[in-house]
Amino acid sequence: MSKESNSGIPADSEVILGILNNSEIVLKRLYIAYFPMVLQLIINNNGSGDDAKDVYQEAIIILYNKVKTGDFELSSKLKTYIYSVCRRLWLKRLSQMHRYGGDIKDFEEYLSVDDETEKNNERDIQFNKMGNALKLLGEPCKTIIEDFYINNRSMQEICQSFGYTNADNAKTQKYKCLQRLKKLFFQQK
Amino acid sequence: MSDNQLLEVIEKYLNGEMTKDERARFEVLRNENAEINNKVTEHKHFTNLVKQYGERLELEKRLDAIHDEIDVHALEEELMIKPSWIVSLWRNHHSKISVAASIAIFAVLCTLFFTGYLANRQVNYLPLSKKVNELSHKTDVLNNKVNSLNSSGRLAGNPGNFRGSGFAISSNGYIITDNHVINNADSIYVQAFDGKSYKAKVVYTEPQTDIAVLVINDPAFKGLGAIPYSIRPGESEIGENVFTIGYPRESIVLGSGFLAASTGYNGDTTSYQISIPVNPGNSGGPLLDNKGNLIGIIDAKQTRMEGAGFAVKSGYLLKTIQDIPADSLKKPLNINTKNILAGLNRVQQIKKLQNYVFMVKVYNQ
Repeated sequence: MSKESNSGIPADSEVILGILNNSEIVLKRLYIAYFPMVLQLIINNNGSGDDAKDVYQEAIIILYNKVKTGDFELSSKLKTYIYSVCRRLWLKRLSQMHRYGGDIKDFEEYLSVDDETEKNNERDIQFNKMGNALKLLGEPCKTIIEDFYINNRSMQEICQSFGYTNADNAKTQKYKCLQRLKKLFFQQK
Repeated sequence: MSDNQLLEVIEKYLNGEMTKDERARFEVLRNENAEINNKVTEHKHFTNLVKQYGERLELEKRLDAIHDEIDVHALEEELMIKPSWIVSLWRNHHSKISVAASIAIFAVLCTLFFTGYLANRQVNYLPLSKKVNELSHKTDVLNNKVNSLNSSGRLAGNPGNFRGSGFAISSNGYIITDNHVINNADSIYVQAFDGKSYKAKVVYTEPQTDIAVLVINDPAFKGLGAIPYSIRPGESEIGENVFTIGYPRESIVLGSGFLAASTGYNGDTTSYQISIPVNPGNSGGPLLDNKGNLIGIIDAKQTRMEGAGFAVKSGYLLKTIQDIPADSLKKPLNINTKNILAGLNRVQQIKKLQNYVFMVKVYNQ
C-alpha cells in the first residue's frame, strides 16, 4: 500500500524533466500527487473545492512556466515549493475577498515566494485581456486567428475550411481580423 | 507597399520562409526604416502573446482533464478537519441562536425595566446590631424622663437595647466584638453559653475597621479555659470553607459557607465577603476556617443580597490588639497561638468553641 503511494509521487527531478519533455504522464502524476495537500490547505481555511482547483492549477502553471523558461532553481523540495505558492495565492485571494481573518491553518512548512506570484499575475492580466479581445472579435475572425497563430495551420488549410475562393481573400480577411484584435486588445485597460 | 502586404512580408520574415536574398534585403530595409523595424518587433510580440495565450488555454484544458479524474468530494470529506459538534451546531444554526439570544436579553431587560429593578439599584447596607424594640424604647426613654421629672427617682434598667456576638481571645476575659455593637453603650454585659452574664467594659475601639476590645470585669468571672483557636495573621483564599457561630437569637446558631471574595462592601479591602446567611445579631461573631483558625469578625450584611455577609479580616484584629495602649490593659493580654481545633470534625469544633463565644448585650439610656 505505502509502496504504491510512493511510486505515485514522482521524484522532483523527474517532474522537471517531464515538464521540459511535455510528458503528459508526469504532469498527471505531479497533479495527482500534490492536489490533496493543497485541497486540505484551502478547505480548512475558508475555501471550497473549486477554490482549491483554481489555486492549485495556478501554482502548477507558475511552476510549468518557470521550468519551461529555464529559470527554475529547485532550492527546496518541490512539495514545499508548491505548498508555498498555493499558500501565498490563497492568502492573496482571501484578502481580496475580505475573508482573511489574520491567521491561516498550516499543514506543511513553507517559504516566502512573493515575486513569483507577482510575475504570474502580470501575465495573467495580459492573457485575460487577450481572452476578452478574442471573445469580442467574434466569428469567423476568432477561428482564423486561432487556427493561424495558435494551431499553426497554413493559410491554405484555413482557406479550404472557410471556403474562401482564393488565398488572397483569406489573407486580407486574416489581416483585417488581426488589426481588429490588436485594437480590441489595446483598448482594454 | 500596403499595410496588408507589409504584414505578410513581416510574417514571412519572422517565420523564416524567406530566401536568403529576400531576407538580406529585408534586414537592410529594417535597419534603414525605423517604422518598419518597430512594426516587426510589435508584431512579433503580439503574435507571441497570442501563441502563449493559446498554449495556456491548452495547458489549462489538460489540467482540467486530469482534475476531472480526481474524486474531489471524497478527498474533501477525508481532509476536512471536523469541527466539534458544538462548533458545527453554531455554524448551522448561528442565526437562529443569535435571534433567540437577542430576544432573551431584550425580554430580561424589559422585565427588569418594568419591575423597576433598574431604577432602584441602591444597595442597602446596614449594620447588623439588632435593634430591640427601637421605637418602644424611644417612648420608654421619654416616659422615663417624664417619670424622673415627676418622681426624681430612677427606674430599674431596661433589657438590652442592642445585641451582638463576641468571642474571647484570652482566657482572662478579653473579648472581641464589633465597634458598632457597643457604640454609645452605657453598660455592657456578655452572656456565656451556660447562661451566666458578666459585666464587661470597653478597653479599646478601632472605628475604621469596626473592631472593639472588651474585658470582663465582673467579680463573678472565674476565667476561661485555654482558647482553642488561634488568630490567622495572613489572608485566606477565596473558596475556603468557613463558618461562624453567634447569637442572632437567644440561642447559639451555626452558619457555614465559603469565602466568596477577598474584598468587602464597595471593594473594602479590610474585609471579606462570605456566603454565609448571617442575621442581625451575628455582628461581632468569629469567622473560622475548617481547621479552626480565626480568620475574621462578622461585620455587616448587604440587605438586598441574599446570603452575602461581610467579615473584617483577622490581620486587622491583630493590628488592633497591638495598637492598644499598654496602660489601658489592667490584666495582661496574651494572644493564643495554639490551635487545637484542626483535627476535629465540625460537631466537636462547635462543642469546644461555644464556651468562648458570647452574646454581647448593650444597654443605654
